Order: sequence, then C-alpha cells, then structure tokens
Amino acid sequence: MIAPRRHPAQDHFRQPLTETPFHPRLAALCETESWYNWAGQKALHSVYDEELEYFAIRSTAAVFDISPMIKYRIRGPGAEAMLNRLTLRDVRKLAPGRVQYTAWCDDAGEVLDDGTLFRPGPQEFRLCSQGRHLPWILDTAEGFDCTVEDESTAIAGLALQGPASFAVLQAAGFSGLETLKTFNIRDLPHEGGQVTISRTGFTGDLGYELFCPAEAALSLWDRLWSAGAPLGLKPIGYNALDRARIEAGFIVPGTDFIATDLALRADRARLPDEIGLDWLVDPAKTQFNGRRAIMAARAKGGPRHVLVGLEVEDNTPAVGAILYHHKKREAGVVSSAIWSPMLKRNIAIASLDAPYGSRITEDLWVEIYALRELRYHKLMKRARIVPRPFLKLRRRTVTPPGLV
Amino acid sequence: MTSCDAIVIGGGHNGLTTATVLAKSGRKVMLFEAAEALCASMQTVEIAPGYRTSALSHLVNRLAPEVIRATGLDTACLNRTPAPTVTLGAGEPVVLRGGYGETLDGVSAEEALAFAAFRQKLMAQAAILGRFLTRRPPLPGEITRKDLLPLTTTGLALLRGGRGAARELMRMLLTNVADAADEHLCDDRLRGLMAFDATLGSHMGPRSPGSLLGLYYRLTGSANGIPGAQIVPLGGMGALATAFTAAAERAGVTLRPGTPVARIEAVQGRATGVTLADGTLVQAPVVVSAVHPATTFLQLVDRAEIGTGLTRAFRRHRSRGNVAKLHLALSRVPGFTGVAEADHAGRIVLARSTDHVETAFNPAKYAEFSPDPAMEVVLPSLGQPEMAAEGCTLSALVQFAPYALRGGWAAGKAKLLETILARLEAHAPGLRETIVFADLLPPPEIEARFALPGGHWHHGEMTADQLLFNRPVHAAAGYRTPLDGLWLASAGSHPGGGISGLPGLNAAREILEARP
Ligand SMILES: Cc1cc2nc3c(=O)[nH]c(=O)nc-3n(C[C@H](O)[C@H](O)[C@H](O)COP(=O)(O)OP(=O)(O)OC[C@H]3O[C@@H](n4cnc5c(N)ncnc54)[C@H](O)[C@@H]3O)c2cc1C
Repeated sequence: MIAPRRHPAQDHFRQPLTETPFHPRLAALCETESWYNWAGQKALHSVYDEELEYFAIRSTAAVFDISPMIKYRIRGPGAEAMLNRLTLRDVRKLAPGRVQYTAWCDDAGEVLDDGTLFRPGPQEFRLCSQGRHLPWILDTAEGFDCTVEDESTAIAGLALQGPASFAVLQAAGFSGLETLKTFNIRDLPHEGGQVTISRTGFTGDLGYELFCPAEAALSLWDRLWSAGAPLGLKPIGYNALDRARIEAGFIVPGTDFIATDLALRADRARLPDEIGLDWLVDPAKTQFNGRRAIMAARAKGGPRHVLVGLEVEDNTPAVGAILYHHKKREAGVVSSAIWSPMLKRNIAIASLDAPYGSRITEDLWVEIYALRELRYHKLMKRARIVPRPFLKLRRRTVTPPGLV
Repeated sequence: MTSCDAIVIGGGHNGLTTATVLAKSGRKVMLFEAAEALCASMQTVEIAPGYRTSALSHLVNRLAPEVIRATGLDTACLNRTPAPTVTLGAGEPVVLRGGYGETLDGVSAEEALAFAAFRQKLMAQAAILGRFLTRRPPLPGEITRKDLLPLTTTGLALLRGGRGAARELMRMLLTNVADAADEHLCDDRLRGLMAFDATLGSHMGPRSPGSLLGLYYRLTGSANGIPGAQIVPLGGMGALATAFTAAAERAGVTLRPGTPVARIEAVQGRATGVTLADGTLVQAPVVVSAVHPATTFLQLVDRAEIGTGLTRAFRRHRSRGNVAKLHLALSRVPGFTGVAEADHAGRIVLARSTDHVETAFNPAKYAEFSPDPAMEVVLPSLGQPEMAAEGCTLSALVQFAPYALRGGWAAGKAKLLETILARLEAHAPGLRETIVFADLLPPPEIEARFALPGGHWHHGEMTADQLLFNRPVHAAAGYRTPLDGLWLASAGSHPGGGISGLPGLNAAREILEARP
C-alpha cells in the first residue's frame, strides 16, 4: 500500500548523475574538472582555485550552485500543522515571508536531517535539506489537509554570498532588497516569471539564496554574471563554501553527525541535544516527532554526546583527529576542521562523549596525524572549547546592507 | 463538561473488564460503547422469529479464572459439562472428550496412546507459556523484578521437566502445526483438527511457519478449571455478556451504550479525554481504548499527537480477518452422519486432514475463498427451548474467507454460502431443506456489524512479529502507549483475542500500578 504511493512521487534514481540547470555556465568556467556527486547531480569541489574562491566569499561575492539541494513544496490549510508534527521548532511562529532553520527527528528523537523551512505564504512552504525524505514526509502528512511535492529538479537554486552580494543584486536590477532582513523572503520579477530571493546562506556572511524555475536558470545566471563580474563575483565550489560554513559554525549531516536513517550502527544516531541543536527543540509547542524521547532523555540527565567548537593550538587542521582528556582518555572525535584565514586561528567542530564537553571541559587534547611527504607527523595539541559561530560578521545581519 | 478518573472506550468484554477492575479499586469510571448493546459481539440475537443464537463468538474456552475473580463475574451460564469436539473426516468421526481429548472415541488404541502422549506434551508446554499471559509482556530494556517472576518460574518449571523438556519446547515453539502433528500422530482426522484449531482466526495455513503457536494459545485456555475444555453457554453468548455488564454495574461503572467516541483528545502528547460523536467533551487523566488498536491510533487519535513512526507501524499492522460466520435457523435438529445424538451438543469440526486445511488456506493468499472450506459447527440452541422452541440454530465459523475478496463480497457471498451449504449437506443429509433462514457474514460484514476492523478474531494477527513486546506494535506494547495517559486494552494487545478478558485485566493492573 505504501510503496505504490511513493514510487510515482520520486524517480530521481532512474537517472544517475544528471546536470544541474546551471551546468552549461559552470562547465564553461570550470578549470578543475573536480566534479562530485551531490544527490545524484554533478557539483564542483572547486571551480578554478579553492583559495581564491574562499576569499571571494569573504571579500567580494561568490555564487554557488545549490540546485542539487532537496526541495519539497508543501501547500494547503493543513501544511502548518503537518510541519509542526514533522519539525522541532514552532512553525506557527514562522511568519509568512520568513525562513526558519530547523531539524526533524524520528519517533526515537534521533535526528533525520536539518534544513531550512521557507514560508512564502500562509499556506505555502518549501523545505530544503541535504537528504531525501519524501516517504517520511508523505507518511507524516497523511491525514493532514496538504500536498507534498518534490520540486528538487524543477527548481534551480543559487547561493549568492559575500560582502558585495547585495551590490551584485542591485546592479542586476533586483530592486528594493535593501529592506530585506535576515531570514526574510521576497519574490522579484525575472523574465516574465519570478525569482524567490531570501536573505539566507551557509557562510555566516552577508548573502542571499535565489530560487527560480529550472527553465529560467541560465537567464538568471547571465543576469547576475553580467552585473556581478565587474564587482568581483566569482563562481565557487563546495570546498570554499565548506571553509566558510565551518567559520560560521554550521554543521553538515554526514560530516558532523550521521542521520539516523542512514546510520548503520545503532549508537551513531543522535538526539538534537547531542549535536548542538537543543535550541531548536520547542517543548512548549504542539506535539512533534521525537518530543517524547527528547524530553525523556533530558529528564534522565542530559545528552550523552556533546557537539562543540574547538580552538586548537598551532596551525595544523585537526581533521578526523581523536580527542583526549589529559592526553590519555579518549573523549571524542573532530568532524570538521580548518585553519581559518579570517580569524587566523585553527578551528574545529568536534563530538565529545559525556562527561567530556559537559562536566569536563578542560585539559582536552587532539592527536593529529599530519602526513607530510610520506611521513606522519604525530602532533598532540591542546584544544579549547569555544563558542560557535567562530566568526561573527556584523554585515550578515545589518539592514540595509552596507560596507560594515 | 463531564469528567471522571478514567474513560474506557469500547464495551467489549475486555473494556468491561478494565472498567470493572478500575471501578472496584475506587476509580470513577465511564465506559462508552458505540453499539446499542454492551458486548456487541457476544449477544444472543433472534435471527428469525423464534430462533435465537450467538451473534458472533459461540464457544467459551479461554475465559480466565483471574478475570472471573477480579470482576466478580457470575458464571452461572457456564455451569455445564464441557462440550466434546467431534472431528469429521472420511469415515467415522473422532470424538475428543474432556479438556481437549482427555479421552478419545473413534481411533485405534495405538493412535489413542500417541495422541495422549502428544496432548500431554502440548498441555505441559502450554502451561509454561500460559504464565506469560496473565501479566504485562516482558518489555526489552524495561525488565522489572515483576517480569522476572514468570521468567524464573518458567525456568524452574522447565528444569523440573528435565533439560530435555526445555530443549523440546525451544525446538517446537516456532515450528508449524503440520510438522508437529505429523511427527506425533498418524490419524488424518486428528491432524486435521489440530491444523484447524491452530489456524482458526489467522491468516495462515498449518504449514505456515509458527502455526503451532495458535494451538498452544488455544491450549492455554480453560473452561470451568479444565485446561483445553470448551463450553456452549446456556442462553448463548448473550448470557455471558449480561454477566460482564452486571459486574461492571455492580462495580459502579457509568455505562453508556449507544455512545460512539469520535475522538481522543490530547495536548502536547498527553491524552486528556474524549469527544463523543454528539460533540460532548469528557475529560479524564486516564483514557483506555478497548477498541481495535489501529482504529485507536489511525482514527480516534489526532495524527498531530503521535509520531510518524507509530502511524507507519499501524499501517503495517496485519489485521484482516479470514473467518466467515454462518447463521442458520433450522426447522429440525440436523443429524451429522456418524455422530451420536448427544455429541451434537459439542463442536463439530469439518477438517479432514492437514492437507485439507492447507488447501483451504491457499486461495486466501490470492484473495479468493476456499471452494472446500474447513469449519466448526455449533448448535447453540440445542436443548434450550427458550432459544429455539422448534428445530435449532446452527452457528458455523468458516475458513478461509479473505477480508478483501477478489471481485468483492457482493458477488462472492452467495457463492460461498452455496459452497458451505453443500459441505454441510454432505455431512448432514437433509439439512438444506430444513433451512428457515440463512445469513452469512464475511469478514467485511463482521467488521461493519461489530465495529471490528478487518473482522479479525484477535484484533491483529497472532504471529511472532505481533506478539508479546511487539503486540500490537512495539511502541504500544504493554498497554501503555506513546501518548501519555492513553492505554490499550483490547484483544489487539497482549496476550490476544478470544473471550479471555486478559488484555482488559492486565491493562487495568498496569494502570493501577502506574498511578501513585
Ligand atoms: C467470526 C469470529 C468468531 C469468533 N468466535 C469466538 C469464539 O467462539 N470464542 C471466543 O472466545 N472468541 C471468539 N472470537 C474472538 C472474539 O470475538 C474477540 O477476540 C473478542 O470479541 C475481543 O474482545 P474485545 O473486548 O477485545 O473487543 P470487541 O469485542 O471487538 O469489543 C470492542 C467494542 O468496541 C466498540 N467500539 C468500536 N469503536 C468504538 C468507538 N469509536 N466508540 C465506542 N465504542 C466503540 C465495538 O462496538 C465493540 O463492542 C471470534 C471472532 C470472530 C471474528
């Protein structure tokens, strides 16, 4: 009964490695051929030079193709109630025209994914995430007066990020955006249709995300490109974005935590509180998936794992390093780490096993194996727990955007 | 707005048991039943002028002594000698007397010995399994001292039987009844009877894995203190329904028949009461649903109040009936060939062999009814002029008749009726011309008439994946549910269906223990 209902709704698997609507433009600009598979679509690790791409995010403007992101359109009088069942935050508090960062769990309170929930209208939503969740969302929606539609391939998406991103949009003729506040959405005309522009992003910088029908993708790119190139607009790949997101302290499913439906080992699943998403959980709202388990775990004495930001001494990124307490007891693992060019500091995101990270927060060390020309340099470096985001930029939120 | 300490939804015998036990311990209890009568499926009904019979169930073989004690049930209607089982095969019938064939008529001396040995083994094993029926199932991860009691006594009982007995139980437990019977018996009529008894009410044939569990389950039951015995109640099942109702009234339960519950109210994952079909809101900190568990979670509870995983589990919950019920009013008491007159007061089983039952099951897998069904026949009015002054009523439970028949029951019903009547006529010549009235209820009509989803005997298949800590589904096992304050108490919960009252009693005990 369940299977036939789902199959017609998603057929992405029939065609592996497709091209995104922006592919012709990206392929033309690409100097690295560093394609990888993002949710079945070709995406770039780097377009021409990872280092320069990163600095485009932080000093001018960068454009990143987010079309492979999974996008669900949820419509109807029951959409709000359904999403309140699905997700951790109170959707009633999400005003039309706004965006909410959120996450969702299974009945055991274990995180399935995080994502952004857009509310273009009172009865209209778009949920964006890394993973595919159509069967889960359809089953959640059963009995609610709403429709769920996978619009992942029908809708193209671009992230435009960096201090000059507002200027690029303005130069491209998207007017009136000076009043658009962080997490606000606006529809603007483009080629007889519309582009949805939100002041959101994954970089912690001033930035926007643009969504349009796939057919309008190339004309949107060209419009941004001709206006933006003189302002220093650069195309970027995932590696540059990844650095920026670590500075901004964002976590990535599959990297910083394992989605419960993809975890092969039962003990890898995580409650929101265990990956730093406790602030999303709204126990005061209506019932939602996982609430019972999350509250029971809280009553039992807090999370068994703690996700933290770390600052590590010296300059070798601690990617994949094991954390120790007192240089002896294993305490956790580093999931993301970079040398932050902006902060000039060695930062990392790590998961600790309680009581490390909760009761015991001092005397932490990372053991880094740095491979240098066929020889491992084994480094034991002191690590300090620091708040996330590591990098806070005023220009991310200042309205109207200016040269802050 | 009305309020009380506990609301019970569904006035089946399990709901009444829960309500009675809660009320007896001082709770103010209200019970809402959709049908005009309480114990709707246990009524004695007049099917034709002057002909009264049991509406659905027709035999009492597992009413638990614990339930009788806890509710103070008046069991006068069961004050009868246990009914024999007559199994008709090719040739002479076999008659099982006492508790599931303490003595046998109609088999060779050698076969009688083999049966006695097999029966004793099954009874001993059933007695061990029976310890798990009268309390909450052990829930993995939540094993308490109380749970350890049956586990320990089971261990001790097995030790007493020697290591061989333990090994033998483990070997047999999940096998199928066909293999077990083949191993121990030679007589097709006995093997056919066991095949029938093990599968009655389930979607499985005797060769389906785990089918022996059904026979164990039956043998955990008793009547009048005799394990494996069965009784055709005086006055029909309605007399027992009256007894359950009277016990609830005596205990002070507020009984509201003819009052369907429309919705279970909940706030932030906690049940707060119910809304009746007429819109009335009734509040209580404890809501017990003694209706089918899938109805409870897929229809009565607001989806927003429960997890997606729980909804999924209930959508997968298997609960489609396979038994059709036949009512006949007969102008004359039928005579089954080879069956002594007195034994017509027993249960007459038409199951020639294991193969017969297995072959009867096969079409059900493909949404068709059996052209040669197996069945059990009871004459509920026999010897009771107040139920039928002349002639008698006949009640038959026929399998296999799948819930979702290909082509639909509107077209299929007349054909199945004809098939059944032809079988009956073959064993009781002349029966057809005495028929005053006939009514066949395939599972969808059982569903509609008794608000019994799927028309399923047990409110959910009794296979290993839906038993014990997985009954009805894992998240709602042990009567407590993921919706705080909402409890389950119907046959869909542990230990399962049949007129036992144990789900209702166990639920009541858990509720009483949960509150300070
Ligand atoms: C064909 C057939 C023959 C059977 N024969 C026998 C037999 O001979 N012997 C035996 O021991 N067992 C027999 N059984 C099994 C037995 O009938 C069931 O296992 C038993 O009835 C379960 O009892 P219960 O109290 O849990 O549920 P039920 O008897 O199903 O009671 C549930 C009650 O809830 C009510 N209800 C439903 N929805 C609502 C609502 N929304 N609001 C209020 N009330 C509601 C229903 O009307 C019903 O009265 C038979 C079953 C079938 C299908």
